[in-house]
Amino acid sequence: MNLILLAIIALGAIGLIASVLLYFASRKFAVHEDERIGQVSAVLPQANCGGCGFPGCAGFAGACVKAADAGSLEGLLCPVGGQPVMGQVADILGMKVEASAPKIAVVRCNGSCENRPRIAEFDGAESCKVLQMIGMGDTACSYGCYGCGDCTRQCKFDAIHINPETRLPEVDEEKCTACGACAKACPRQIIEIRLKGPKGRRVVVLCSNKDKGAMANKVCKASCIGCGKCVKTCDKFEAITLNRNLAYIDAEKCKMCLKCVDACPKHAIHAFNFPPRKPKVETPKTEEAV
Amino acid sequence: MNKPIISLSPHVHGGDSVQKNMYGVCIALLPALLASFYFFGLGAVVVMLTSVCACVFFEWAITKYILKSERLTIADGSAILTGLLLGFNLPSNLPIWIIVLGALFAIGVGKMTFGGLGQNIFNPALAGRVFLLFSFPVQMTTWPDNFNDAIDGASGATPLSLMQKAILEKDASILNDLPSSFEMFLGQTEGSMGEVSALLLMIGCAYMLWRKIITWHIPVSIVATVLVFAGLLHLANPIYANPLQVVFSGGLMLGACFMATDYVTSPMSHRGQLVYGVAIGLLTVIIRNWGAYPEGMSFAIIIMNAFTPLINTYFKPKRFGEVIKK
Amino acid sequence: MKTFKLGGVHPEENKLSAASPIRGAALPKQAVFSMFQHIGAPANPVVKKGDTVKVGTLLGEAGGFVSAPVFSSVSGTVNKVDVALDASGLRRMAVTVDVEGDEWEDSIDRSKDLVKLNDRPELDGKAIVDKVKAAGIVGMGGATFPTHVKLCPPPGKVAECVIVNAVECEPYLTADHRLMLEHPEEVLVGLQLVMKAVGVNKGYIGIENNKPDAIKLMTEHAAKYPEIEVVPLKVKYPQGGEKQLIDAVIGRQVPAPPALPIDTGAIVQNVGTCFAIYEAVMKNKPLIDRIITVTGKSVKQPSNLLARLGTPFQQLIDECGGLPEDTGKIIGGGPMMGKALLSLEVPMTKGSSGLLIMPESEARRAEAQPCIRCAKCVGACPMGLEPYLLARMSEQFDWEAAEQNDIPSCIECGSCQFTCPSHRPLLDRIRVGKATVMGIIRSRSQK
Repeated sequence: MNLILLAIIALGAIGLIASVLLYFASRKFAVHEDERIGQVSAVLPQANCGGCGFPGCAGFAGACVKAADAGSLEGLLCPVGGQPVMGQVADILGMKVEASAPKIAVVRCNGSCENRPRIAEFDGAESCKVLQMIGMGDTACSYGCYGCGDCTRQCKFDAIHINPETRLPEVDEEKCTACGACAKACPRQIIEIRLKGPKGRRVVVLCSNKDKGAMANKVCKASCIGCGKCVKTCDKFEAITLNRNLAYIDAEKCKMCLKCVDACPKHAIHAFNFPPRKPKVETPKTEEAV
Repeated sequence: MNKPIISLSPHVHGGDSVQKNMYGVCIALLPALLASFYFFGLGAVVVMLTSVCACVFFEWAITKYILKSERLTIADGSAILTGLLLGFNLPSNLPIWIIVLGALFAIGVGKMTFGGLGQNIFNPALAGRVFLLFSFPVQMTTWPDNFNDAIDGASGATPLSLMQKAILEKDASILNDLPSSFEMFLGQTEGSMGEVSALLLMIGCAYMLWRKIITWHIPVSIVATVLVFAGLLHLANPIYANPLQVVFSGGLMLGACFMATDYVTSPMSHRGQLVYGVAIGLLTVIIRNWGAYPEGMSFAIIIMNAFTPLINTYFKPKRFGEVIKK
Repeated sequence: MKTFKLGGVHPEENKLSAASPIRGAALPKQAVFSMFQHIGAPANPVVKKGDTVKVGTLLGEAGGFVSAPVFSSVSGTVNKVDVALDASGLRRMAVTVDVEGDEWEDSIDRSKDLVKLNDRPELDGKAIVDKVKAAGIVGMGGATFPTHVKLCPPPGKVAECVIVNAVECEPYLTADHRLMLEHPEEVLVGLQLVMKAVGVNKGYIGIENNKPDAIKLMTEHAAKYPEIEVVPLKVKYPQGGEKQLIDAVIGRQVPAPPALPIDTGAIVQNVGTCFAIYEAVMKNKPLIDRIITVTGKSVKQPSNLLARLGTPFQQLIDECGGLPEDTGKIIGGGPMMGKALLSLEVPMTKGSSGLLIMPESEARRAEAQPCIRCAKCVGACPMGLEPYLLARMSEQFDWEAAEQNDIPSCIECGSCQFTCPSHRPLLDRIRVGKATVMGIIRSRSQK
């Protein structure tokens, strides 16, 4: 009987002391946080991808609250959650948010094994940055994809994968959130975050080679040689510009007429997700693959 | 010429390999292995064969059927080594089914659950031994009478249990029953298979040092710590055994040379290795003298295995230029 | 015998060409002069297509203080000024010259006579540095850091001694070894010029004792100069690393970055650089040629060639018996720190200390196995780092942790990867980590 009493008293005393200590500790070390940060955080995807430009979702939530206090949520976008999430955030903070067009990552290289022969055999750690340190890499192209998948390792959404046949990364349009992690990881800045386009339709120059035409032509079958034919066909909309031997299509100005696709002698311009027009054009399914 | 191969430097390799290191340790264990066969006879051969085969089998079966890995890892020699070390930690009359169970625990739980070679926290062979020691305490501590029994008249009690008895009963005269430290050094004691001869274990250790498989830091720091600590105790009170007898008895030499030096579970920097060795030495003497078990080496190593990540964090190697000499 | 204290490995020496005397390589038909032959700002081309140039004509002027001019090593006509593949594996700005004849600029003294320091009493430190700068001399050991920058210690730092790096710890390479055997006096005068330029009166020549003939010869010649001491060193890689050499010779360790080697009071110059300095100051000859070891186990005639810069590697290998059938890897430099080349078309540059042809059977790395945490890389690292940890952090993109674990201190010597029993590509990973962390540090300091 004594033993039981003693045990009760002892344990009770320990519990009491501990609870008092915990109480004071929680008061002393309490962190006062704007409760809206927690609320905003709760609606964010919690992927902590950094696509918004802040370190993690909590950082973004903090920035949203700050911006709301300053009066506008402009410039803040969670690329993962997109408009629905930003709408929720705006509701919590009592703000309004303007619509912005959805974007997607585009790999601007079509140097598959077939188009761009390998001139050397790479032997080392599987990393594009390692190849970058060796120089041109295992192809003769100074601008194209290394194919070692640094972009795939940075993707938090399992949306980009190296196709073992082409040794090029492929973007999964369903999963890609345009957070930009892959674009940042690419040592050759091949991946562009660009407008997804209506129904996912977009026209893109799938090449990043800035070498002169002769050199670009030599190293890859699918390279842009900077001939400028596409620029001429697009003189009505002026969507295509030529900079350092490389054509670029401005997604904002592009009217999707597809004339440039036909004009390109190297078939470097690709149209994504268009319905098949002529038997010559591949089906959208395989076009994704380039 | 084909396409040239490109890679970053270095373009040459020293030729060392995992296999070379693992089989090197196996070779270093050979003298002690042969001695244990000599001392304990056929039983030792059976135990050792069972242990090695079971470890290799479980490694193969788990990589193939559970992990479904393409690359089979049994060729790297680590499973053979685990089997050898586990066998060394067992009495030579242990029933075969217990050995197989121990091997399953060593490879299955001690190694593969963590992700296989290089990932485990605890030395797999020791994990297996400690598991068996807790599960089958009677079988694990009943050693067969070896042929020396008739000569030195020890009645089945090992030197370690004698030492602990002396401390418990505060009677230094019990220690007189111990064989001399020289006899213990040569190898005429009872115990598990790998505990018979400090001399042969040291020869194996010297071989590993010569082949640069291990560095001196861990074995030397363990043995030195035990010598100093046990020596101080012996000087303070004669009920504590002579430090040489402490060092040469039980699994200390096996542990210091072969178990504590296990690559995966020991610290990476020399500083850390010294800390690790000293701590193992201290823990061993403490457990042996004042613990419930007569042998503390396995526990000491297992405990320090758990501290290895911490040691790695706090004891970094000496950086170049850390201290500028004038 | 002295050596550095931490880590190090012992690769097979394979000094196949040690006994073959230096011979001149033939003039190329076309020479390509990269504007990126040194660390720092690239040179700016000052010639245009169709210009006629002589040996010693300026092709590109230095693009800044940490930069070096580029001179033509041949006479002929400029074919083009355009990008060309160079030894770094990149297409970068270069001047291509079609070779016609061998006409030299008149200002260059082509005689073989030795000019001693006493013969030119009018030379002071500044004049020497100016000559070195104008001659486009860079570190010839392979680092290609502009030499005149090293000869001008930053304010507040005082040089106490000059150490000549004659270690040549890279396996296969013998260019420095042969240079010492054949031009000991010139090297010594070069060292004296460096000592005068930085105003010190103590010079060391560190030589590994796998070159006993060079140690003997240099000691004999150096006996005339009491201020110069030849220091034999125990063979251990990477003794030729600047920090390791200072540690080995004078026993001082350079603190972690941003400290510089000059903080120990030592200035290290490669033996080839000393020779180039001698030629520049005493013979008025800009850096237009260098000794390069062409070697490899299957190469018919491993040789040491005195070749003009800009000569394509293809021609050098042709002079040594042609490219072997079983070639697997072509390396510019030594096997431990050299760079794998994409093709033999690339021209040799100021930093080309060797051309190594590796047979295919040795060229591939073994398959990487899991890390067994054996700590051999930790023991081999001459900088006291933890390569296994840095490689893992780099693999996991944990740049902060890599920085805390001193990844910028890595000298990329490759000892860790050389010694790794699991054949893991440790240095590949660490290089990626180091480059990223250095980028982070730079962008932080700019803010």
